[in-house]
Amino acid sequence: MKVGLFVTCLNDTMFPQTGQAVVRLLRRLGVDVDFPSAQTCCGQMHVNSGYVPEAIPLVRTFVDAFAGYDAVVAPSGSCAASVRHQHQIVARRSGDPALVAGVEALTPRVYELSEFLVDVLGVVDVGAYFPHRVTLHPTCHSSRLLAVGDRPERLLRAVRGITMVDLPEADECCGFGGTFALKNPDVSVAMGADKARHVRESGAEVLVAGDNSCLMHIKGLLTRQRAGVRVMHLAEILAAQEAAA
Amino acid sequence: MIVTRTFLGTPSFPVAAKAALADSQLRSNMRNATHTIRDKRARVIGELDDFEELRQGAADIKDDVMSNLGRYLEQAEEALTRAGATVHWARDAAEANQIVVDIARRHQVDEVVKVKSMATQEIELNVALEAAGIAAWETDLAELIVQLGDDLPSHILVPAIHRNRSEVREIFLREMGKVGMPAEAGLSDDPAELAGAARRHLREKFMRARVAVSGANFIVADTGTLVVVESEGNGRMCLTLPEVLISVVGIEKVVPTWTDLEVFLQLLPRSATGERMNPYTSTWTGVTPGDGPQEVHVVLIDNGRTKVLADEVGRQALRCIRCSACMNVCPVYERTGGHAYGSVYPGPIGAILTPMLRGVGVDEATDALPFASSLCGACYDVCPVAINIPEVLVHLRGKVVDSHRGGVPGALQAAMTGASWTLTRGSRLALAQRLAGLSGRVLGRRGLIGRLPAPLSRWTDARDLPAPPRESFRGWWSRTDGGRDQHGSPPTTPGSEGDRR
Repeated sequence: MKVGLFVTCLNDTMFPQTGQAVVRLLRRLGVDVDFPSAQTCCGQMHVNSGYVPEAIPLVRTFVDAFAGYDAVVAPSGSCAASVRHQHQIVARRSGDPALVAGVEALTPRVYELSEFLVDVLGVVDVGAYFPHRVTLHPTCHSSRLLAVGDRPERLLRAVRGITMVDLPEADECCGFGGTFALKNPDVSVAMGADKARHVRESGAEVLVAGDNSCLMHIKGLLTRQRAGVRVMHLAEILAAQEAAA
Repeated sequence: MIVTRTFLGTPSFPVAAKAALADSQLRSNMRNATHTIRDKRARVIGELDDFEELRQGAADIKDDVMSNLGRYLEQAEEALTRAGATVHWARDAAEANQIVVDIARRHQVDEVVKVKSMATQEIELNVALEAAGIAAWETDLAELIVQLGDDLPSHILVPAIHRNRSEVREIFLREMGKVGMPAEAGLSDDPAELAGAARRHLREKFMRARVAVSGANFIVADTGTLVVVESEGNGRMCLTLPEVLISVVGIEKVVPTWTDLEVFLQLLPRSATGERMNPYTSTWTGVTPGDGPQEVHVVLIDNGRTKVLADEVGRQALRCIRCSACMNVCPVYERTGGHAYGSVYPGPIGAILTPMLRGVGVDEATDALPFASSLCGACYDVCPVAINIPEVLVHLRGKVVDSHRGGVPGALQAAMTGASWTLTRGSRLALAQRLAGLSGRVLGRRGLIGRLPAPLSRWTDARDLPAPPRESFRGWWSRTDGGRDQHGSPPTTPGSEGDRR
């Protein structure tokens, strides 16, 4: 199986350690993951901001970069959801039947990380070790748009040494919302402040999520409060092992 | 005489929301109220093992109605006329208001009693009646609180949701005597006592009024039956006691048969108030001689609905049965309250319905509404007619942006165009990342950026921003051959793994 890593533009630019963790994790599980360097961005930021025509070249780039892979794995629920729910809208807007066909063929092979691990590889225990108190923010796009259900939770519970603690009102949005964070900064921060409070109330040392965008927002508030809670992407905990931990 | 306030002049959402967020009383009232209804709804919906089938069924019925709207409306008109009702058609608010005012004038009344109705709020009927010298008394408890408090509704089902009981007590004590029976001096803020005061105040008006105005939750097309679903019995008083009944109803409210109605009567109370069955469901079919109003009018209004119907993505909003489940779960609405939306329809459904009814590209406040959402999707999850609100929000954002294309590009337009160019090729992205890595070294201390100039201050005013790393993922991949070249020197990034976001 030829597996391509769609690292996402945000992780590529801001959080390379997440992409590196996915590579380590998948190699450990016997998957020789490849990174096609033609890839850029899913185009969600453009579509969600109302700039659909501007997303057309991005979707084209995505399809061209990954068309030759049997499976594409993305460490982002939000970007995977954009591929699944928005790429066909963008392709149809382009009026290009080849792009519509390309999207239709590729989209079913694109997976969010926890989906890929549980559904495609069929593993729950990935052999990780992480002896810390952790709470999970399920993220709206993973849970509502992709319906990943308890996959992230099951993967985390199988990690040796980990202590999972409940996050109060976990299913409520953190308030990031892409350009919402800039267009409606006050509401975004009000939502994020409540999320950060719940993270502190959980007593966790580490907040984990499947999306660095949400984590960037929540961490930005936690560090302002000197809350002393780390944030980590799901891939980073699943990649962690005894020697490194 | 009460003068009804309108939403005209409300600043656009981000500005209005900022003011609302600072009101700690509002925040706590909204949090308590929305969480109470939200939890109640979740409990009783959880009892249904066929909720998904019911909501898909409801969506299908409404979609069939929208596809054959002309036929169902004509069928309803014919049945209503046969049953002795007079059917009026109104293209817009002005026409609808004129019809109601004319009927009231013909009966020489200076007051009407009203059943809570979103359609009459949408057309600002009370304002039109007041201008004609006719007082419109709201009889729903929460509408009464809003009306007496010289306030605006902030929720479609619980319009005074932003008020707590001690505020209600103050309004009753201060205002009731000015327009009718006063509240007793020793009134406490006990909910039962407050309801008692409202009951006594309203009874006088019910017994006196000769004309009533209502909306309708449904019109059953094949029998010409109107349906009002309410919880307090005030609706039934208005629908049975006066001589004349005028119902103002949106053209999308029609359902084909009573069998279809049954689906909605299961979904609506559970989704709206978290009740298994609705307390007062009134149905009437034209005029029944010797029983109830002897003159029955039905005013069918378009007021933008055919425009919504013409939008193939947006038309699903016409399925809405005004249950308000979407606002009760919305994390944005919970924090800002309803007034910030500047519309009688607030919350997620308001953020899509209002711009479509009004049209986008005309005023800033309307254009801001589709952006008043983090797209978390909680609204779609609970909608009993499966309106994909996030999908319509994104669709409308595109319409707003398109309506402003062609002029001088704004900052966001320029940024989006630039980002599109950069993100079309991996090589261009790589160059941008190297520049970002350099800037990060200038701006960031310990891997965090604390302050940036506008418009990025909208992020950094309240949140730290991670500084871009010196090496992007693609930089690392090409330098180390995907991590296989163990001799490549490790990338030096500020902060350690798991400590940068």
